[in-house]
Amino acid sequence: MDKIIRKIVMPGVTLLCLQTPKFKTGYFSVALQRQLCPENAAKDSIIPQILKRGCRRYPDMESLSAALDDLYGAVVEPIVRQRGEILCTGFCSSFVDDKYLPGEAKTLENTISLVAELLLDPATKDGLLNAEYVNSEKENICDEIRSRVNDKRVYASGRLREIMCADENYGTYAYGTLETAEKIQYIPLTKYYKESLAESNIYMFYCGSASPMRVELAVKEAFATLPRSEEYYDTSTEIRINADEPKYVTEEMDVLQGNLTIGFRMGEVMYRPNYAAMTVFNTVYGGGVTSKLFANVREKLSLCYYASSSVDSNKGIMTVSSGIDPAKYEEALAEILAQLDACRKGDISSKEFESAKSYVVASLRAYNDSAATMDDFYLGQELKGLIYDLDEYAGLVDMVELEDVVEIAKSVELDTVYFLKNRGEAV
Amino acid sequence: MRLIEYKNVGEEVWYEKLYNGLTVLVVPKKNYSRTYAFFATNYGGCDRRFKLDGQWHDTPAGVAHFLEHKMFDLPDGSNALTTLSENGASPNAFTANGMTGYLFRCTDKFEENLTVLLNFVMTPYFTEESVAKEQGIIGQEIKMGEDSPARQLRQNLMRALYANHPVRDSIAGTVESIAEITPEVLYACHKAFYNPSNMVLCVSGNADPERVKQIVLDNVKTMGAEVPERDYGEEEGELPAKVRIEEEMAVAMPLFMFGAKLPFDADGRSFMKQLLTGELACEMLMGESSELYSQMYKDGLINRSFYCGTADFPGGAFTAAGGESKDPYAVMERVTEAAAKMAESGGEQLFERLKKAMLGSTIRALDSVENICHNEAEAFFHGYSSFEAKDILLSVSIEDCREFLRKYFAIERLAMSVIRPLGEK
Repeated sequence: MDKIIRKIVMPGVTLLCLQTPKFKTGYFSVALQRQLCPENAAKDSIIPQILKRGCRRYPDMESLSAALDDLYGAVVEPIVRQRGEILCTGFCSSFVDDKYLPGEAKTLENTISLVAELLLDPATKDGLLNAEYVNSEKENICDEIRSRVNDKRVYASGRLREIMCADENYGTYAYGTLETAEKIQYIPLTKYYKESLAESNIYMFYCGSASPMRVELAVKEAFATLPRSEEYYDTSTEIRINADEPKYVTEEMDVLQGNLTIGFRMGEVMYRPNYAAMTVFNTVYGGGVTSKLFANVREKLSLCYYASSSVDSNKGIMTVSSGIDPAKYEEALAEILAQLDACRKGDISSKEFESAKSYVVASLRAYNDSAATMDDFYLGQELKGLIYDLDEYAGLVDMVELEDVVEIAKSVELDTVYFLKNRGEAV
Repeated sequence: MRLIEYKNVGEEVWYEKLYNGLTVLVVPKKNYSRTYAFFATNYGGCDRRFKLDGQWHDTPAGVAHFLEHKMFDLPDGSNALTTLSENGASPNAFTANGMTGYLFRCTDKFEENLTVLLNFVMTPYFTEESVAKEQGIIGQEIKMGEDSPARQLRQNLMRALYANHPVRDSIAGTVESIAEITPEVLYACHKAFYNPSNMVLCVSGNADPERVKQIVLDNVKTMGAEVPERDYGEEEGELPAKVRIEEEMAVAMPLFMFGAKLPFDADGRSFMKQLLTGELACEMLMGESSELYSQMYKDGLINRSFYCGTADFPGGAFTAAGGESKDPYAVMERVTEAAAKMAESGGEQLFERLKKAMLGSTIRALDSVENICHNEAEAFFHGYSSFEAKDILLSVSIEDCREFLRKYFAIERLAMSVIRPLGEK
C-alpha cells in the first residue's frame, strides 16, 4: 500500500502527497477553502473560471491551450467542490508522466508552475482582473444557474435543499443565485480575489510517481509569491440536529416523469458522528443495488425507475431521490418511508448488512486506483479533521456492527418532501 | 495464452481465441487494487435486422437493451446483479448502438465474481411475467430519456442525417416497440448473438491471464456458431436526409448539435484512422486552442459546453459539434467558413501541437482499466487492437485533416438539430 505524506508547506497550506509507480498520469490539485454563503458563493465559484481564461504569460485561451498542448495535452480545470457548507475552489490538473515521453519533458514541474501562475498571476488590465473575462464568465455562470433545470434529478435535489435549508448556508447553490451572479463587478471582484487568496486555508493534493520531496520543491517554487495574511479564515458547517414538522412541497413542470426527493436530518447521532457506520447505514438503506430502496421500491414493487439515498455526513443530512410515475406518488412515498422504518426496527438481514459492508469496503479499496477519487476522499478527511488513510478507514467500516446502523436509522428524522411533477394532474 | 507487448506505451496484452470461438484478452496492471472484467457481445441497438440459417429476421427497436436488463434474472430465482453486489463487486451493464457489455469491478473474490458473470450472461431465462414487469420499468426509463434534452438533441441529429439507418431510433426503443417484445424474441436474439464466436471477454487490473483462461474454460461450455449477417437499411447518400430538426423542451438556452455523415470502412484500422483524423481536424478547426473557439467564445456565441469530434456505430460514423448557444446557426456558419479557409492552408504548428496533445491523452487513457477493456472490445469487433491507436495517430498527416474539413464541413453536408426553450419559436 502506498503511503500518504501530509505536510504544512507554507503557512495555512497543507500538501498531501501519494507516491505510487502505478499510474502513467500525474495528478495535482489546489483548493481554497471558502465558507459557503449566499453573498459569496457566486464570487467564489466564478474566480477559478475567470483565472482559467489566462495568466500573464499566457493571457488568452488560445495561448494557454497551446501551452497545455505542448505539455503533451496536460489538463488544468477549474474545480468547485462542496463539502457541507465549505466550498473548495481552485484547479485540478493531470499530466503524462515523463517516463513515457521523449526528452526531458518535466511535466510535473511545468504543470504545477502553470497552475500556480493561473491562480496567482492572472492576466490583468491596470492591476485589475480583465473586465471582458469577468463579464463573459458571469454570463456563463448565469447560464449554468439557469441550466440547472435541464437535468430534472439534479434540479429536484437542488430545490429540496433550497426549501429544507432556506435559512442555512447549505441551501445555497454552489454557483449562487442569478441575482448575486449578475451583481458581480470586476473592480470589487479583484479586491475580493486578492483577499480570498491571502486569507484562505489551502489544500493541495499530489498523486504520481514523483517523490514527496520533488513535489514539495516544485510547489514551493511555483507558489513562492502566494500572499499569506496574519490570520486564516475559519470555515465550518452548521449542523442542525433535529427536524421541525415535516414540510410537503409540490411543484409542476413540463415533464413526463415525476421526481420525488426527500430530505432527512441525521438527528442525535451527529453529536458524536460515526462516519463509517453512517456510510454503511446509507448503503443498507438506499445506496446501490443491494439496498432496501433498490430491492423493494424499484425491483419488487416497480414503483420507480431509480431510488437511492445519499448522506452528506459533513452536514448531517440524508437525501432520497427517486424517479416515479406521478400517479404513484402516495404509494412510492409510503414505501420509501416504510423501508426506513424497517431499518429502525432492525429488520435488516445479515446478508443485507454484510453485503453493504463489503460493498463499502470494496469501493474504498477501489479508490486506490484513481487519483481524482483519492483527492476527494482525502479532502473530505481533511475537512472533517480525520486522519485515517483509505485502508484504515476501510478497517473502521469492517468493524461496524448492526446495532450502530440501527442506532443511526432510529436517529434520522423526516424534514422535507419535495415532489416535482407534470402539469395539470392532481396528486 | 499469447503475449503481445506494446512497448511504446508500456502495456502487455495476453490473448487467445478458445476452442469454442470465444476470445479472451487480459491486460494485467501491476499494483492495482481492483480488477475489471468486461464481457461483451457484438450486438447493440442498431442490430435489428439480421440473417440466420439463410433467413432474414426483423426485430422491434429496443430488443438488445431489453435483453441486457433481463439477463440478470436466473432460473433459480436469483438476480446476478444482487449476487455480484453481495459479493462486494460493483456490477453494471450497458447497451450501445453496436455492443452490449456486462461488467464488474472488484477488489476481492475476483474468480468467484468472474464465474458469476460468465454464467449469467450465457444463461437466458425469460418468462411472460418478468417480461411484462420489465416493460413497465423500461417504459419509465424511456420516458426519462425523452425528458433529457441532451438525448433528444442527439437523436434528432441522427434522424436528420440518416434516412433509413436504425441509429435513427433510440437504443431503448419506444414504449410501443418494446410492447412487441416476448420471451420468444428474447430467446431467439440471445441464441443468435450471445454465441461465443460473436463475443469477447476483456479483463484488466490485478489479474493472472492463465487463471482467467482456466475459469472461462471451466464455465463457458457453449460452442460458437454462425455469426449473423446484419442489415442496416438501404445505403445512405452523402447528404443529410433532412437539413434541420428543431424541438421545444424545458431548457434554459437553445442546445444545438450539427454534423455530417462519414463513410463506413470495413477495414478496422482505416476506419479508426478516419475517426482519429476527424478528431484532430475538429480540434484544429474549433478545439479549445483554435482561433475560432476563442473568437466564438469571446463573441458569446458558445460557452464551455461546446464540444466537437467524431463517433461511430455499426455501419457508419459521423462528425459533429454542439453545445449551448443563443444563435446556433451563426455558430454553424462560422464553422463552415473557417473550415473552408483551414482546408486551403496554414495550421502546421497547431497540427503538430495537437498531435502531441492527443498522444498524451492516448497514454493517459491507459490508466483506466475501464477504458482499456471497452476500447479493446470495440477494437476487437472491428479487427484491430486499441493499443495501435498511438501508431495510427502518428500516421495522420495535416493533408488528411484538411481533406476531412474540406469534405465534411462543407455546408451542404451538414444537418442541424436544435432544442429550444419552450415558447421561444
